[in-house]
Amino acid sequence: MLLHMAARSLLSRRASVLLTLFTLALSTALLLGIEQIRSQSKAGFFNTVTGTDLIVGARSGPVQLLLYSVFHIGSATSNIRWSSYIELRDDPRVAWTIPLSLGDSHRGYRVIGTSNSMFEHYRYGEGNSLQLAAGEPLNDLFSVVLGAEVARALNYQLNDSLVIAHGTGNTSFMQHDNMPFHVSGILKPTGTPLDRALLVTLEGLEAIHLGWRAGIPLPGAQATPEQARQRDLTPRQLTAALVGLNSRMQAFHLQRELNSKQTDPLTAVMPGVALQELWQVVRLAEKALLAVSAAALLIGLCGMLAVLLSGMQQRRHEIAVLRALGASPMRISALLLLETLLLAVLGLLLGLALLWGGMYLLQQPLLEQFGLHISLTWPSAQQMWLAAIIIGLGVCSGLIPALLAYRMALVNSLGQRH
Amino acid sequence: MNPLIDIQQLAFAWPGEAPVLKIDQLQLERGEHLFIQGASGSGKSTLLNLLGGVLTGFAGEIRVDGHALSQLSARQRDRLRADRMGVLFQQFNLLPYLSLEDNVSLPCTLSKQRQAAAIARSGSVAAEANRLLQRLGLDPQQYSKRSAAKLSIGQQQRVAAARALIGSPALLIADEPTSALDKHNRDLFMQLLMEELQQADITLLLVSHDPALARYFSRTLKLEGNS
Repeated sequence: MLLHMAARSLLSRRASVLLTLFTLALSTALLLGIEQIRSQSKAGFFNTVTGTDLIVGARSGPVQLLLYSVFHIGSATSNIRWSSYIELRDDPRVAWTIPLSLGDSHRGYRVIGTSNSMFEHYRYGEGNSLQLAAGEPLNDLFSVVLGAEVARALNYQLNDSLVIAHGTGNTSFMQHDNMPFHVSGILKPTGTPLDRALLVTLEGLEAIHLGWRAGIPLPGAQATPEQARQRDLTPRQLTAALVGLNSRMQAFHLQRELNSKQTDPLTAVMPGVALQELWQVVRLAEKALLAVSAAALLIGLCGMLAVLLSGMQQRRHEIAVLRALGASPMRISALLLLETLLLAVLGLLLGLALLWGGMYLLQQPLLEQFGLHISLTWPSAQQMWLAAIIIGLGVCSGLIPALLAYRMALVNSLGQRH
Repeated sequence: MNPLIDIQQLAFAWPGEAPVLKIDQLQLERGEHLFIQGASGSGKSTLLNLLGGVLTGFAGEIRVDGHALSQLSARQRDRLRADRMGVLFQQFNLLPYLSLEDNVSLPCTLSKQRQAAAIARSGSVAAEANRLLQRLGLDPQQYSKRSAAKLSIGQQQRVAAARALIGSPALLIADEPTSALDKHNRDLFMQLLMEELQQADITLLLVSHDPALARYFSRTLKLEGNS
């Protein structure tokens, strides 16, 4: 009955109650949504590269090396010598290596020179390897495997041919149009930067740069694809390499060895450590977002309190009636507290509905536009906590009108003429 | 059988003020109807608040249905009011967001005893609520699901009377229940109320400044006030 009365009372004030509910729901959805995006983008971030023990590049900062080798952001200032790479590859402690050569692009997407060991050894998420949605890995000097987003956005099919542009700008004036590549495979979406990349062979990259010096083509020195196939296409240098070791234990040792190498100035980083370091930078923004949404929730609760308190004067006679009927002051304040609790719970549920509805609608656009993979999941432990905190705060703010009602109920008079 | 209301040497004063109420002895038998007439300030509302158990700090003793009010805790006094008393105010008796039926049934949700009495009488609380509405001239077919906010004051007072009567409380205390009504509605209200009281054998204690109500009562007490 108490519940029935609380519900009827709320219903009778539906205009202001609905507005309150909506503010609560919005701020709840905002807070929980930001928590969701935060935790999932964090997980996605740390899952970009897994199973790799060391990332090796030319001498630079660990974060910079991570940014250009894994996230394809920025560019390397110098390269690794091929001989250093061979030495590393043949080191008995090393199980596998994935060579990476960056610097060219295709219509704004990065082109990565690598080898088929990429398909064999690259791991992301919880140990997932790269899967092809169609076609096969690199099978020819001029074959290219497209990331899922590249294929979708540029609408490429298997065996389409495309031309690689020199440099990484969106519109490059220098095209390697004498040697077109054909699509041999298309990757399944991974939620990693590889979705926005084109994979080619190291030799293919070497071929299209035949007759180039210092980033410009020498007049008359260009080769045809047929000529290129005859030439020695062993790369002279490499941007970076991902390294897997036979034993994780050796990572520290090898890292120190590489970092102090006399013949070639190298930097070796452990991905986990570098990711952690990079995340420190992102974390500030993450914290700020969370703080803003927490503030939104507080505003929502204050709004609810304002509505409840402004209704208290009108409810004076309601309280008097309940008193006359023998309801104890405790019971009357319980009724008001129940109303607030009802509001908070409804607000939370509506907020969750909004959140899930919103995520359902935004899932695809977010993945396509930002490469942000958000999955519809049951609330995480953190979100459960937040929900509990929201309800707790709701009840706390409900204590104020309840206390007011208690004091009104103690007025020692039946009726309300005083 | 002892009287339903037994007041002995009652005196009440607000702290630091002259006493507003003094009654040496007043007894009310079961089923008796007492009209207490007095101008404002004569202490008649104070008497009702004392009887209702919301006001304490009096000298002397008040017994309601055998319970000495000075001996009861606040919770017990609330319980006594819920179980044994119907209360009628001048106006604003109803909860505007509940239907008439829910308004009338309200005492039965706060008192098991009255719920049991209502069920014993009509089979269910809702049926008893509708029976009382019918008795007080509000056709349940037409009114019982209607919101209380949409009634005239005269109709509202009749709904309030139905609520005060549901579950057959031993005592009905009414504070100027007709003062917001015009003469016609006042008489209609009093007639319906008295009929139902007689039938259910409920004791009534009504205070008003309006001497015209005296004709409905066998017993009248005039409060002069001590100020």
